Amino acid sequence: MRHTLPRLVDAVLLLWLVATLTFLLIRLAPGDPASLLVSPTASVEQIAAQRAVFGLDGSLLEQYGRWLGALLRGDLGTSLALSRPVSSVIAEALPLSLLLGGVSLALSVIAGVGVGGWQARRVGATSDTIATVITTALYAAPSFWLALALLVIATSGPAVFGAPAWMRLPAFGVHTPAATLSGWPAIVDVARHAVLPVLVLTLTGAAAIARYARSAIAEAWRAPHVRAAVARGLPSRALRRRYVVRNAIAPIVVLVGLALPGVVAGSVFVEQVFAWPGLGRTMLQAIASRDYPVVLGLTVLYASVVIAANLVADVVVQSLDPRRRSA
Amino acid sequence: MITPPRDARVRAGLLLLGVLIAGAVVGPWIAPGDPVSINDVMGTRLKPPFATGERGAIHVLGTDAFGRDVLGRVWIAARLSLAVGVAGSLLAGALGVLLGALGGWLGGVVDRVLLAIGDAMLAVPRLVLLLVIAALWGPGLPTVVTVLALTGWMGVARLVRADVLGVRIQPYVEAATALGVPSSRLLVRHVLPNALGAAVVAITLGVGNAILLESGLSFLGLGIQPPAPSWGNMIAGGREWLLIAPWIALAPGIALVLTVIACTLIGDGLTRGGPASVDERARS
Repeated sequence: MRHTLPRLVDAVLLLWLVATLTFLLIRLAPGDPASLLVSPTASVEQIAAQRAVFGLDGSLLEQYGRWLGALLRGDLGTSLALSRPVSSVIAEALPLSLLLGGVSLALSVIAGVGVGGWQARRVGATSDTIATVITTALYAAPSFWLALALLVIATSGPAVFGAPAWMRLPAFGVHTPAATLSGWPAIVDVARHAVLPVLVLTLTGAAAIARYARSAIAEAWRAPHVRAAVARGLPSRALRRRYVVRNAIAPIVVLVGLALPGVVAGSVFVEQVFAWPGLGRTMLQAIASRDYPVVLGLTVLYASVVIAANLVADVVVQSLDPRRRSA
Repeated sequence: MITPPRDARVRAGLLLLGVLIAGAVVGPWIAPGDPVSINDVMGTRLKPPFATGERGAIHVLGTDAFGRDVLGRVWIAARLSLAVGVAGSLLAGALGVLLGALGGWLGGVVDRVLLAIGDAMLAVPRLVLLLVIAALWGPGLPTVVTVLALTGWMGVARLVRADVLGVRIQPYVEAATALGVPSSRLLVRHVLPNALGAAVVAITLGVGNAILLESGLSFLGLGIQPPAPSWGNMIAGGREWLLIAPWIALAPGIALVLTVIACTLIGDGLTRGGPASVDERARS
């Protein structure tokens, strides 16, 4: 634990650097949100007034100082396009992204480690090769295309095969439009809307984890001390839990740590295809309307999650693996 | 003579990639009709796969909403997508080699600044960076290649930096220094050639990644702009016909999947025994 404090300082410095670089990146880009959001007949003075309202007046350094000062007070500013605090825009979209991302990450880890572990026991067998082909194909497939392919299957499939109507899954949004459901039916409604996006995210996520888990677990099985334990006649359950999992778990934790930011970033593509109003879709809309404060706020949020996830993964790995409790 | 690669995955990947490149080269010539311009729309649009078109030509993958042969467009898009993937990954690799070598060789402040910038850029999901830059600087082919290069150098830079640090303490480098070889020549002639192994593998792996990212940007309308076909914008264009003519969106996706599988197989074979390092691909 005594190595955690300097790393925390590093993390804060890194976050500041990300915020500064993002600010520069966005503010040096051509284009002006003020002229986008006033009427096309507005005079130069009106545009200038609009810039002042948006806090886009003054030198870049002044603007940076203002933005950073507000950021330190926890104020992310006001959305230019929506005229609402950025924090409330994020607070509205975040739970929806967490719902999709959290459920699919949990399912990905279970399915990925399960498939990878199953393959690791039969490396080179036909069943292993078939599983590798499937996971490689899923890993290679872009999520937006997989989403569209599943959409075709889920919406026209049941109709073609004469399945009952309730099997046709909704493909857009979070709720059935204009439905006034409450209590249990409302939860079922949201869950039905979430099935397809969660399925896409789980398939791609599980494929990536399975590819990695397979080699990590196979390597753990090949270790001399595991072979010695096999020779001693240890029952395979104890073998797996006490010898194999303990060695294979560290790289898998690192992998999950790297996957976490994707969860919060909200799958941009999947949210876009399924019209799921999470963070990813918010980001796309903010970029399209040059909504600087929202883009900046979301980028800083992503970066802090990535940095925090790396930090947590490191600490967890250190507690799992005594060799990494550094010298 | 070039000896054939021993690893079965590399062989399979190269074979698959070869077929795709051959298709990209000859495919557009064989395809019936002009795959880019719009012809007799009402008579030829939305034909299913294997339908017969004008003058008995067969549309193997059907036609799209403007009566253009889908397979022909897939092959034209292959030219763009493959070129963008290779160019993006190579440029990113070149930038990574340059910055990694500079950092590792010069050390000190330069090294620390480069490391910090790299870390900061790795802390933002690559897709977010790509989206922001592509959208703000205006989409299009040059933007796509540039942003792929600007957001993809960090991994290669880390590898090259580590290798340069390892090589520079080798006895032969010391010997060359003692003989009075100037520093720049020492780096380029003696250190770099021995510090590129891992970087070459990373650049190869990056091609599939770059192709996926390009398709994603084009799908969102921030990459290659229609009417120039790219797999990503073809999928986006087929989206509104998804339930009537699913082949329009599905066909370019299959080409995309096959290409990325080929790159993944080659990469897996080169790193041996499966994915050796977790890549920061745009899974989000």
